Amino acid sequence: MPSLLLDALLLQAGYNAALVALGAALLGMAAGSGGTFLFLRKRALVSDAVAHATLPGVGIAFIVMVVFGGDGRNLPGLLLGSAVSASLGLLAVQWIASRTRLAEDAAIGAVLSVFFGFGIVLLTIIQTMSSGYQAGLESFLLGSTAGMLFQDAVVIALGGALAVAFVLLLRRPMTLVAFDAGFATASGINVRRMDLAMMGLVMAVTVIGLKLVGLILVVAMLIIPPVTARLWTERTDRVLLIAGAVGGFSGYLGAALSASAPNLPTGPIIVLVSFALFLLSLLFAPGRGVLAALVRHRRFQLRVHRRQGLLALAHGEAIFDPLTLTVLRRERLIRQDAVATEEGRALAAKTLRDEKRWALARQVYQDEAVSGSYDGLTPIESVLTRDEIAEIDRRLGPPAPVA
Amino acid sequence: MGVEFVQLSLTPLLIGILAAIACALPGNFLILRRQALIGDAISHVVLPGIVVAFLLTGVISTWPMLLGAAGAAVVAVVLIEAIRRVGRIEPGAAMGVVFTSLFAAGVLLLEQSDTSGVHLDVEHALYGNLESLIWFSAEGWGSLTDPAALAALPPELFRMAAAAVLIGLLTVVFWRPLKLSTFDEGFAGAVGIPTAALSLGLVITAAVAAVAAFDAVGSIIVIAMFICPPAAARLMTNRLEIQVLWSVAFATLSAVLGYVLAGYGPLWLGADNAVSAAGMIATVSGLILALACLFAPHRARIGAPRGA
Amino acid sequence: MNNAALELASEAGERVFRPAPTDSPLAMQELTVSYGEKPAVFSIDATVPAESMTAIIGPNGAGKSTLLKAALGIVPRLSGRVMVFGAPLAQVMHRIAYVPQRASVDWDFPTRVIDVVLMGLYRELGLLHLVRHHHRERAIACLERVGMADFADRQIGQLSGGQQQRVFLARALAQNAELYLLDEPFAGVDAATEKAIIDVLKSLKAEKRTVVCVHHDLATVTDYFDHVLLINVRKIAEGPVATTFTAENLQKTYGGRLATAHIDQLKLPAA
Repeated sequence: MPSLLLDALLLQAGYNAALVALGAALLGMAAGSGGTFLFLRKRALVSDAVAHATLPGVGIAFIVMVVFGGDGRNLPGLLLGSAVSASLGLLAVQWIASRTRLAEDAAIGAVLSVFFGFGIVLLTIIQTMSSGYQAGLESFLLGSTAGMLFQDAVVIALGGALAVAFVLLLRRPMTLVAFDAGFATASGINVRRMDLAMMGLVMAVTVIGLKLVGLILVVAMLIIPPVTARLWTERTDRVLLIAGAVGGFSGYLGAALSASAPNLPTGPIIVLVSFALFLLSLLFAPGRGVLAALVRHRRFQLRVHRRQGLLALAHGEAIFDPLTLTVLRRERLIRQDAVATEEGRALAAKTLRDEKRWALARQVYQDEAVSGSYDGLTPIESVLTRDEIAEIDRRLGPPAPVA
Repeated sequence: MGVEFVQLSLTPLLIGILAAIACALPGNFLILRRQALIGDAISHVVLPGIVVAFLLTGVISTWPMLLGAAGAAVVAVVLIEAIRRVGRIEPGAAMGVVFTSLFAAGVLLLEQSDTSGVHLDVEHALYGNLESLIWFSAEGWGSLTDPAALAALPPELFRMAAAAVLIGLLTVVFWRPLKLSTFDEGFAGAVGIPTAALSLGLVITAAVAAVAAFDAVGSIIVIAMFICPPAAARLMTNRLEIQVLWSVAFATLSAVLGYVLAGYGPLWLGADNAVSAAGMIATVSGLILALACLFAPHRARIGAPRGA
Repeated sequence: MNNAALELASEAGERVFRPAPTDSPLAMQELTVSYGEKPAVFSIDATVPAESMTAIIGPNGAGKSTLLKAALGIVPRLSGRVMVFGAPLAQVMHRIAYVPQRASVDWDFPTRVIDVVLMGLYRELGLLHLVRHHHRERAIACLERVGMADFADRQIGQLSGGQQQRVFLARALAQNAELYLLDEPFAGVDAATEKAIIDVLKSLKAEKRTVVCVHHDLATVTDYFDHVLLINVRKIAEGPVATTFTAENLQKTYGGRLATAHIDQLKLPAA
């Protein structure tokens, strides 16, 4: 199996498999970056409704093609049908959310489940339509690349490439709209049209992804990469880039893994690869990661307690918070019986000095930059220059020692 | 409406009605809390919960399944909260990450494990099999008084009935704190209601409803039962008490109409085979919601929009 | 110091140096709350005098609402403690009534005015007690006090902002508490409502209850309140309005945000 995986990774597992892997990578890139816009517009789960709403379209397209004497399994035809019903689903979500008192989340849930339910009804009709057709439309639910036709693989690869090109072309206006729709309007961008383009992109990714990942999981390709990317950076252009990379990598590795062994359905594998990347990011990302946050919060709490403790010492007040006492004891600023040490008194005096400087500074400098930083923790040195502090000290007079 | 009805349709119909009601009750609160998609997330994660329970115990039986699904729901909610708070990711996206991944894991486990001996496969998990829950040993309406025949009722019926009764009771007992904390969480906290625990309790209740309904309608169509009847009911009235009654009525109507249309509709149209009952129930509930959106008396928003 | 406070202190295993004020309905000691890495309020000491009308004043983002919520245990505190009537919060919850900000709830919620007021009786009604006639009577009486009795059966979404605020106040009245904590009760209400609310609050004070308001309108402070707490993340000043609500303290609280000319126009207490 490792050699099979290696073959698949190196695109040596057959022409189809290679095309599928490339297609999955391209689709992953397009989905990751396209999903970024949706995520930044805080509408990630709209894609869930769009994806589930493709099912009745697939069913109807199949029936129509058979009725007109064609091959019901023609992939472009099925994809066209799915795009039409996905658009209807999207319209339904928007109509319910804007015209009734129901919120968008209820609209999304209703549309996705009802369209899906109706799609299942159609599938059961197709199953019994005529015995000659082994439609295999169930593969659209969870994706399947086993026994995929060559031309289907071509459709996926081409579609993925087109979607990537689309993102590259429109990334600038879309980023602007996602970041600040009001500003985008003011700079002459048609926000409605951009939203439409964004939804079109989402729809395209969904439809192309149907055969590969299936309609239940394709939404993961739109959501997980942007969220993963967001954990690493605060800059929109980088979110876009990282999301594309995460999506592309997951698509490629997932498709290769799936081709290397039986019973590894493509859709779930691709999703789980990107989820693994997400989990690693959630744990270890520097800014928004769990570990970083835990360390930061603890440090912050200790800083607060230390400062409060020193102020209490300076004012000659008693300390009753156990954590404050622990912090001060650990730094040997107080003795076991909570009496301040030499060092503690010195530091307390310094802290008190800082407080007094702040109080005076806030009267002297009446601007936001100074008063807004008066949160009890920011050292005054980080806000005022040395000369300004010297001037304040002159007004305050000589420091008083803490008894 | 004779022997055949009792044998083939009575139990699926009852199970469908009970499932729809059991889901609609917590659905009312989920919708008002802007947590409709938590219902979405829960119903997706029921699958991995059940599969893991099956892999651990080797059997498909009620308690492991319930525990597995409730456990999966708790895991999902905790993960969503963690991602939302620690990663500062908006709740919709956090939900999307969690439930798709857990669902993918469930599907993969299911494909990898040998479930040929039990009644558990991917398609069944997705849209259930209401039609198969028949009362084999019934010989007509008289069987309702025949202990031997009653003992052979499909166990799913008892499970669903127990879940529906439990959820009904919970709704009545916790009505007041649920309503209060749904309306005004800050105030609820200030009068001593444990709002976080209540919130989690609601999610677990929804998970119990989802797992009980899982056999009948699978994990996706359950979402329609969570959302459509309460959403339509919200448009009928401005009082929560009455809204809940409407939602029960709509749930029942969807189940009955959906089942009948699926079973007999194709025959009326001249086809020989029934269509998916679960799918049809979802479709009917969607149609009811659509009608409510168009014509219900309280469909439009009044007063200032939220947050204004 | 009462027993509860002593117990708390001995539980923590620390010597108690400073007794908690026993007579104060609400005492905060070194209370710090933060959202993320930035303190919303830092190390605030405050003691609300019994039977007073206290205003918590400060600029936007100064942590006024946060302070109130921390006092109620709705948001977690990073350090410090809160004593209510000399006891830890959990033991005296029933003696507090809380009026949240009007905008904090969804007014499209399917319920009627009377149902909202009955929520104030939650502690009495519990999970399963039926709402009896006398409960309803009391709720109506509370609505009457705020001039809203005619609206009892209205859907709450049909109310104006001022009416919503009065309903919230009626719900707090139904709680029949000794300490009333209100978050911006006068924000965005019409003049008639403002008058109705302040009349009710003054009558509460006359009934020897304590009222604490987060307040933003500097022009009315001297008329409405007798005690102020000026905060801007830190505590700036605290004391009777007559001696504390001064131009100097306001300047300290608002920094450059409040023009000197504006302060001159305020009705400050005669020095």
